[in-house]
Amino acid sequence: MKILALFAVLLAGGMLLYAGQDLPAFGDQNSPAYQHPMTTRFIEESENETGVYNIVTALLANYRGYDTLGETTVIFTAGMAVILLLRRREL
Amino acid sequence: MTGIMDIVYAEYNYWIYVALMMIGFYAMIAKKNLVKKVIGANIFQTAIFLFYISLSDITGGTAPIIVHGDHAAEVIYTNPVPHVLILTAIVVAVSTTAVALALIIRIYDEYGSLDEDVILAARRNLQPEFSEYARQKEVDT
Amino acid sequence: MSGIQESIIIRTVVRIMVPFIALFALYVIIHGASGPGGGFQGGVIFGAAIILYAMIYGIEDGKKIISDKVNRILSSTGLVLYAGTGLLCMVFGGKFLQYNAVPLFPNPAETAAILMDVVEVGIGITVLAVMVSLFFDISPPETEDDEMFPEEVEQ
Repeated sequence: MKILALFAVLLAGGMLLYAGQDLPAFGDQNSPAYQHPMTTRFIEESENETGVYNIVTALLANYRGYDTLGETTVIFTAGMAVILLLRRREL
Repeated sequence: MTGIMDIVYAEYNYWIYVALMMIGFYAMIAKKNLVKKVIGANIFQTAIFLFYISLSDITGGTAPIIVHGDHAAEVIYTNPVPHVLILTAIVVAVSTTAVALALIIRIYDEYGSLDEDVILAARRNLQPEFSEYARQKEVDT
Repeated sequence: MSGIQESIIIRTVVRIMVPFIALFALYVIIHGASGPGGGFQGGVIFGAAIILYAMIYGIEDGKKIISDKVNRILSSTGLVLYAGTGLLCMVFGGKFLQYNAVPLFPNPAETAAILMDVVEVGIGITVLAVMVSLFFDISPPETEDDEMFPEEVEQ
């Protein structure tokens, strides 16, 4: 059984390594993700549009604000789920 | 032959993440202990986080925080988009881990064991010595 | 009460360190707009401060800082703060979470920056409360007469 698991794991890892040959090199400035117009636009325009220096915060709280609201809901729901599971007897 | 070595040198980070992912995946499917499965899932998630973060890295780039001053035009910023995606994913990872651990505590309360086989056998047969639920049913009838 | 909790060095260092960790957490939350940081990170650091205190001084003392009731209120307050900011933008005629619509400052980017700080504080409050409540719930109770863990089933 463990041999089977090891085989499955090695198969998955080998497949990923084979597919990973096409990925851009580490630190490559010409990678498609960096050359995408969306990335360039975020880096150039986010300060004028949102007024904050940190691009990650600008993306997180402004452009993807709705997603982050869902994120906060996820962590809130996780807390409530743990309370429901473990705090059954006292309220 | 040098071509292969070049590829390995330029993409060694992916080999590390694949190795991490294989460790986590093996722990998830081969271990019988539920806590070890959760640890394996966390290692798996960490491999994926590192993969995304390394995709965003640029040689010579700084953190994506706008710099003002004389050299502002020369600064290269790393790609901010994967950072945001992974910040989101880390929160989901924490939430799922917390719920998984809470479920494991309840399972241990119920079956007195963390071993997958014991729990499955107890669920299949509803043996009274393993299951609070079955014992309760026996008391009731 | 284990040995590490009785150590005078650890107790003193923790008592001195906890306010500074909390202050650093507030710095990380507020500074999230102009430097590394943000609501999630700051909330987790603040939660870690309280968890550290509860680890050394006991869960009961930790619950004196943030009781279960306060925890419940805080964890929903952050979410309400976030969603309320979105609804505020709708009140002023914008879309949900369209910060520019609020006429707080003449420069819409400045308004967006302020409202994003409010949102980050909301995230931080929720994350702090949930982290602390997770720790309090998952850690085993210290008292003898606990009902969480009934005596183990004989095999």
